[in-house]
Amino acid sequence: MYQAIVFLPLLGAILAGLIAIAGARARCPGEGPPPGLEEGAAASDHGTHAAHEHAAQGHDAHDAHAAGPAAGGSRTAELITTTLLMISMILSWIAFVQVGFGHHDERVPVFTWILSGDLKVDWSLRIDTLTVVMLVVVNTISGFVHLYSIGYMEEDPYRPRFFAYLSIFTFFMLMLVTADNLVQMYFGWEGVGLASYLLIGFWYHKPEANAAAIKAFVVNRVGDFGFALGIFALFALVGAIDFDTVFAQAPSLTGKTMWFFGWHPDVLTLICLLLFMGAMGKSAQFLLHTWLPDAMEGPTPVSALIHAATMVTAGVFMVARLSPLFELAPNAQSFVIFIGATTAIFAATVGLVQNDIKRIIAYSTCSQLGYMFVAMGCGAYSVGMFHLFTHAFFKALLFLGSGAVILAMHHEQDIRHMGGLKDRIPYTYIVMIIGTLALTGFPLTAGYFSKDAIIEAAFVAKSPMAFYGFICTVGAALLTSFYSWRLIFKTFHGEPHDRKHWKDAHESPMVMLIPLGFLAFGSIMAGLPFKEIFAGHGVEGFFRESLAFAKGNSVLEDMHHVPLTIGILPTVMMAVGFVIAWHFYIRRPDIPVELARQHEVLYKFLLNKWYFDEIYEVIFVRPTKWLGRGLWKGGDGWLIDGFGPDGVSARVLDVTRNVMRLQTGYLYHYAFAMLIGAAAFITYFMFAVH
Amino acid sequence: MTIGLGHYLSVAAILFTLGIFGIFLNRKNVIIILMSIELILLAVNINLVAFSSYLGDIVGQIYALLVLTVAAAEAAIGLAILVVYYRNSGSIAVEDINLMKG
Repeated sequence: MYQAIVFLPLLGAILAGLIAIAGARARCPGEGPPPGLEEGAAASDHGTHAAHEHAAQGHDAHDAHAAGPAAGGSRTAELITTTLLMISMILSWIAFVQVGFGHHDERVPVFTWILSGDLKVDWSLRIDTLTVVMLVVVNTISGFVHLYSIGYMEEDPYRPRFFAYLSIFTFFMLMLVTADNLVQMYFGWEGVGLASYLLIGFWYHKPEANAAAIKAFVVNRVGDFGFALGIFALFALVGAIDFDTVFAQAPSLTGKTMWFFGWHPDVLTLICLLLFMGAMGKSAQFLLHTWLPDAMEGPTPVSALIHAATMVTAGVFMVARLSPLFELAPNAQSFVIFIGATTAIFAATVGLVQNDIKRIIAYSTCSQLGYMFVAMGCGAYSVGMFHLFTHAFFKALLFLGSGAVILAMHHEQDIRHMGGLKDRIPYTYIVMIIGTLALTGFPLTAGYFSKDAIIEAAFVAKSPMAFYGFICTVGAALLTSFYSWRLIFKTFHGEPHDRKHWKDAHESPMVMLIPLGFLAFGSIMAGLPFKEIFAGHGVEGFFRESLAFAKGNSVLEDMHHVPLTIGILPTVMMAVGFVIAWHFYIRRPDIPVELARQHEVLYKFLLNKWYFDEIYEVIFVRPTKWLGRGLWKGGDGWLIDGFGPDGVSARVLDVTRNVMRLQTGYLYHYAFAMLIGAAAFITYFMFAVH
Repeated sequence: MTIGLGHYLSVAAILFTLGIFGIFLNRKNVIIILMSIELILLAVNINLVAFSSYLGDIVGQIYALLVLTVAAAEAAIGLAILVVYYRNSGSIAVEDINLMKG
């Protein structure tokens, strides 16, 4: 069953990929194999193409308005991938019950991957509670996003490719969460990075999409470099990279130091910080967050699946998986809190003033990931996982809902041009409201339980950074509420700013509304039923040994004894944020404009995302470009081409050209040379030999 | 004035030099180069005979006969090559014979 969960998406990706390749060949028949090879293949090939096209015409008759002709078999590819994903989803819920409540942990060996000296890397699926939680999150969201994409991507001629990418992403993500050792995890880690790159750049004819894809890939590489160093360091110290061995050996590493660029840090702190660097890149944490908002250039379902619900939470999952290591490195934990809290507050402030509907939600994602890391740093791993779990539902819902809005507004993403949409697309309006309620932590929605639990955990944690985390998360709760309601009010309420689009706005097709409905249901119901097992007294029995808690770690227990004022503080913050947003955008819409004018410097500072892109441009991008140009012009052009292989060959040519000129071809010149030679010989023997 | 060894050697040297200059200064005809080579060989012969008579050793004269034979053979072969070359290229001017030019 576990193999089926993991490999069904891969199967779907391969099939959809084959259809995509066949479609591409049908579109550009000239770029096939050389003529000699084609003789035999051509006949059968044409047969299949004809069949594909025939099938496509039957299904896609309503697609006549598409920008280009849809690739043959688009509908087949959609159905295959979506069906396989749905099967995977159902199986993972079964696995969730079996492992979480039935306590059937398993190791499913697949095969030995690398066997080299001391290094032994097995390919096996580690199925424990932590894994099944992620399986459920990934497969559920991915299944709904597949279904939603059938409607959302309807006008796109490259659907088979899109679905192949979505499925391959799901496969890599499952590979990541089922990893039994760090190398396998790294494989999944890089795989989701690749899929993310491909999907951000899916509309590769848009230069911004390409730039965003490259940016995401490069920024992630920075984090992955740290992750790789962490794995190397662990292998150097422990001699193994599978989790069981590493966790068993970890306590013996406490207090040791190792040489690292001239200083001698504590090994566990060092390793945890390096591994966390990977998590920072993947989860778009402060300093490495710049790629996430730009990643919104990709299609909206991609943003929902990869850049909100699953891939960006890989970092959180990694910290939870490595909790036995982090529990032993309190300094690293403090750092995790610091980064998480800073991200939470930073991204929330930027989200306040953005105008692109997807970017607002992207910054909100960034901020919520910060929350999760605060929980991780406090040692409340299950609480962080809880927020990951609930956040996946409501953030995917918000993204898919905003996708429906964008579709209704004919690809308009600027909320300043929207307004009054609640009458035109009431269903989307309702689900967006549900998502917002869950995100802001309205009582009894999913977000309420997980977010409150994080804030309580930050309040009671003993880490020196915990109080900072508490302040930031509470502040961010206020800002979250404000920017979320601002989004709702500016999009759905008030006067329509673009009357023509407003008139044309229409509700999305059923195939998009159904996933929205399910996710809305999840956004409400993912909280209360799971509260006990994620943040209550059931944690021990549910997660068992998949999460480690150090001896003195009593965060989960202390959480239940916080003062009432702290308990209701997030709800108060939520209410205050709502009231301010309502006051600003419904009652007195002139206030925000006035405020922006009065505090122009602050407004510009936030609108430009704290000038991070500009700072990085000056600190990293330009010097790198300058270095690259220098190496290109000076290193390659001048040195290598001047003196290297090309230079040597040029000098040889020069010499031969001169030698060639000696060969006049005239007999008397050769005779003269012979004579001179003979004379020189004789002279030599006459005078020198004696 | 008695004619001694030095005179013979001088004649031979003059002949040799003429032969060398014949090769280098000639820009017209390949046959002249062949003749110049004959001249150089003759200069060698004169040297051989002169030393043979001076030293009373008959071997030098035998060598001179040998050289004459070789020179005759060489002239025959050289002229034959020239005839064939003329048939092929239509010219035996030295200026035109530069197939080995790089």
